[in-house]
Amino acid sequence: MRDLDELGDANVKYLTETIILAVGAFLALLGAAFAHDRLFESHMWVLFFVLLGATILMVRHITFAPASPALPSHAGDGYFDEVIKYGVIATVFWGVVGFLIGVVVAAQLAFPDLNIEPWLNFGRVRPLHTSAVIFAFCGNALIATSFYVVQRTSRARLFGGNLGWFVFWGYQLFIIMAATGYLLGITQGREYAEPEWYVDIWLTIVWVAYLIVFLGTIMTRKEPHIYVANWFFLAFIVTVAMLHIVNNLAVPVSFLGVKSYSAFSGVQDALTQWWYGHNAVGFFLTAGFLGMMYYFVPKQVNRPVYSYRLSIIHFWALIFMYIWAGPHHLHYTALPDWAQTLGMVFSIMLWMPSWGGMINGLMTLQGAWDKIRTDPIVRMMVMAIAFYGMATFEGPMMSIKSVNSLSHYTDWTIGHVHSGALGWNGLITFGAVYFLVPKLWKRERLYSIRMVNWHFWLATLGIVVYAAVMWVAGIQQGLMWREYDEQGFLVYSFAETIAAMFPYYVLRAVGGGLFLLGALIMAYNVTMTILGYQRDEAPIPGATPALQPAE
Amino acid sequence: MAEKHIDEISGVETTGHEWDGIRELNNPMPRWWVWTFYATILWAIGYTIAFPAWPLISDATTGMLGWSSRANIATELADAKQAQSAFVDRIAKSSLQEIMADPQLSQFAIAGGASAFKVNCAQCHGSGAAGFVGFPNLNDDDWVWGGTVDDIYQTIAHGIRHPGDDETRVAEMPAYGEILEPDQIKQVAAYVVSLTGTPSDAGLVEPGSQVFADNCAACHGEDAKGNREMGAPNLADAIWLKGEGEAAIAAQVKAPKHGVMPAWLPRLGDPSVKQLAIFVHSLGGGE
Repeated sequence: MRDLDELGDANVKYLTETIILAVGAFLALLGAAFAHDRLFESHMWVLFFVLLGATILMVRHITFAPASPALPSHAGDGYFDEVIKYGVIATVFWGVVGFLIGVVVAAQLAFPDLNIEPWLNFGRVRPLHTSAVIFAFCGNALIATSFYVVQRTSRARLFGGNLGWFVFWGYQLFIIMAATGYLLGITQGREYAEPEWYVDIWLTIVWVAYLIVFLGTIMTRKEPHIYVANWFFLAFIVTVAMLHIVNNLAVPVSFLGVKSYSAFSGVQDALTQWWYGHNAVGFFLTAGFLGMMYYFVPKQVNRPVYSYRLSIIHFWALIFMYIWAGPHHLHYTALPDWAQTLGMVFSIMLWMPSWGGMINGLMTLQGAWDKIRTDPIVRMMVMAIAFYGMATFEGPMMSIKSVNSLSHYTDWTIGHVHSGALGWNGLITFGAVYFLVPKLWKRERLYSIRMVNWHFWLATLGIVVYAAVMWVAGIQQGLMWREYDEQGFLVYSFAETIAAMFPYYVLRAVGGGLFLLGALIMAYNVTMTILGYQRDEAPIPGATPALQPAE
Repeated sequence: MAEKHIDEISGVETTGHEWDGIRELNNPMPRWWVWTFYATILWAIGYTIAFPAWPLISDATTGMLGWSSRANIATELADAKQAQSAFVDRIAKSSLQEIMADPQLSQFAIAGGASAFKVNCAQCHGSGAAGFVGFPNLNDDDWVWGGTVDDIYQTIAHGIRHPGDDETRVAEMPAYGEILEPDQIKQVAAYVVSLTGTPSDAGLVEPGSQVFADNCAACHGEDAKGNREMGAPNLADAIWLKGEGEAAIAAQVKAPKHGVMPAWLPRLGDPSVKQLAIFVHSLGGGE
């Protein structure tokens, strides 16, 4: 509540925003009234109630004092940090939600009776899980950390004033509309791009605002050079905008209906989708998170970045190579051989550019390796980089056609994605959250460092169980599918290969459960830190006071 | 800001820039990293020369090796077909009885039928052919349309109620909900249950047997043992295709559900259907 009050005192241009929200709510009501189909009507009701709630919240905070001069809303260092606080809370919240849904989905695969028709069956809950983790958890983490990093490394206040708030709240609205749409059964059927045309248009508007805020801050910087983290963040923002717009080019059946048809068809459509899908991984989950790594790792270990030259070369190589690798998702399909070949060789060439980030991250610890032992946050970041290295080796390997002919369509792919998402994106985000919370809320230290240690071990154990189980499951599945007897006959029916997966699916849910447990500990630790508590606990052996954030 | 600065711990020069306290060392790129990167690029160039890769105006380079995924799969399929051709050709030329009389050929047919079953039949009849409500169990000796290998072949080849196949198996039980009173349906259901079990109300059995004799016996037989010529199931063997118990039987009498099985001959061809028939016949209930 304190934050909301601060908000109310600082920003008095609320009248316009409130009116815009109220008009938006009214338009949503009209959309519901004149809807072309029932789903659109339901979805517009959702939008109406969300905007109505937001309007009521805003009305309660309207003040009619004259607009204050351009004083920073946050006294002190002059940075715009309120929105980042919200972003950190949203990251933790959506993280827990996304992991929880993941455990539910994993349990549904092991025990199909848990599919509760119609809203909570696997087909609707799975995109809820993937979007909650990728867009809600990782997306909020990227927005919050990029806002934090770009201000510090540019020595400039966030550009655009309240536009930062628009980016944050606009993005949350996108998440709500996407998530409720999935549960209602509204989908384009494009992986990681399930929201329909009107939600896509909204995200485009929010994303352009994000680009303006980020680029504007860089352009008003007081540092002569642009820090490497910001190259990665900018590549992520620009490329995701391009990918999102092209992949979602579609013609709506009605401007008051949910359904739309893609501008592409057949194999072109498939290739567009996987050009998008692969680069969502490449630019959202790799480039953006490398930006995060390039700031938080050197800050937390208090050492210089290992090699400037490596950072330049691997940055340009990474963004040039990644964009061509999408066709490896369509090996042995109707996609022409030449496109499959290019997708594969670019994936192989991508190996070293990806590893450049791993080398730079790990070698930044040169001279401070002891911190892996004494600082659980550093340990978390190092493990994140290790999983990054592993996943970016596994990826090129799986793109080789002969490997892919075994691994494709099996749970190996799921394991690969999760060692990247849980190991790399999850752990580096947790490290950044643990770094940010005491700084943003001006606390001497986290509520508990030992809980960070618990979180580290639970998360790591969870990922190892998950990934190992999925390797075994995937390889066994692939081998069963291609098993022929000596007379040349197929040995297993498809249902038999599914039945064989049962123990692995149960273990996978256990691994995910451990990871979720770690995230719950983090949520508690972060909440207590924000509330201003410090747990009375013995320090980690060997930890020096220098590890504590500066007062 | 741009003056040189030496990092004390590593003794390496920095680039002289600093952002929020972060400096960058002026280390060279690791040699192994650079050489591995070059190696992957060289390999990629070589691979794209060997295999189809570079798009041209209307098509693409075909690669030095002349490899194509379509030609490759065609070769693999042809090889697989060739490897089985000795047996498959004999199966095509022989009658079902001739195949079953030859131990080697019969063993091959059962293995081939089992394989085709996993791909085409298991979806309805189950991986173990034990069936499900509405889908007959193929392991027992209760046959709706006959259990000789020729009967089974005929059923698989032409299907059941398959539109567009003149020889498909067709049977249509009338919807007795429009003919009988609700009480009569209860009675006849109790009677049918009484043939192999204990009905809920013994008093219904006697009137039920009269209803059965008047309406059902024509197809299912006076002894309720069914009639394979007409596809009327045996009701006196405690094997229930459409569900067990009086309620399920009453529902079937009132508004019968009629299952459909596709005609497989046009899809799989005669040798595969023969193998399937011999496989199903071998499961235990074949006559």
